[in-house]
Amino acid sequence: MTERPDLTQALGRVLGPAGAEVGCDECFDVLDRYVELELAGADADAAIPGLRAHLAGCPACREEHESLRALVGGSGA
Amino acid sequence: MTPATLPLVTELQSATDLVPAEPIGPALDEESREWLRCLRAEGPVKDEAVARLHALLLRAARFEVSRRGPTLPHLRGNDLDDVANQAADDALVSVLRRLDDFRGASRFTTWVYKFALLEAAVKLRKRSWQGREVPLEPETWSLFSSAGLEPEEELEQSELVTTLQRAVAEVLTPHQRTVLVALALNGVPIDVLAERLGTTRGALYKTLHDARRKLRRHLDDCGLSFESLVKEER
Repeated sequence: MTERPDLTQALGRVLGPAGAEVGCDECFDVLDRYVELELAGADADAAIPGLRAHLAGCPACREEHESLRALVGGSGA
Repeated sequence: MTPATLPLVTELQSATDLVPAEPIGPALDEESREWLRCLRAEGPVKDEAVARLHALLLRAARFEVSRRGPTLPHLRGNDLDDVANQAADDALVSVLRRLDDFRGASRFTTWVYKFALLEAAVKLRKRSWQGREVPLEPETWSLFSSAGLEPEEELEQSELVTTLQRAVAEVLTPHQRTVLVALALNGVPIDVLAERLGTTRGALYKTLHDARRKLRRHLDDCGLSFESLVKEER
């Protein structure tokens, strides 16, 4: 099958995640807990359902999740 | 996943809908408790704690600026310092205003970092779009080109893309179309669009979510599915 990452990404941006998701405000409210669970190796997605899907669908919240995870988990903290 | 089993929700879930009813922050860790004690004190103890908090927020804001800065070459060192300082100042106000919201679900430092990262990220997005026109008409349907595909794939993809394009034009409300086109097709950052339209990130994402659900439902009604197309690729 022909590779077509551009198409997949473009469609993904338009159609968003398939599953149930939280909104941006709810994402911000629980992001700190989610990141600590991730860094502790716990099942963050089971503890906070709907957040992973939101991060897939919202580039801004995804960037902030990546940054918080890097800051807390890396040398920045 | 087949269209028939594709889960479709009509509303964004609130955290209380999705997050299990688990007690949050059963016991504050020692450091978090000390932060709260000092920030709720009066006089020099509070002043010193606020100064330490600002330093912490500034470090987080600088961390974000150093991560995103290289992708924004038109912002100079002074601009980036300015963003970091403003972000730390604004985050300090937010943290102090929302201190009672901290329930110990994470360490206090992790909780406050997110305020500084948010402020810095939003400011960077807005600065990078300062003076630029926000495109509200589709610019990138070309990404959906079927060039180079096998004839069978081309037909399948073409049907989905054509249906999708028509649905964007005909099924969505004008506001949903404006938001979806700007955010999902033209790559306008959500905070920039929120500022231009005089609304919030949360409200815009709700509109985007509703538009996406409408489009998925329409594709579903037409017997088409993004997930099945992607699955076939793998």
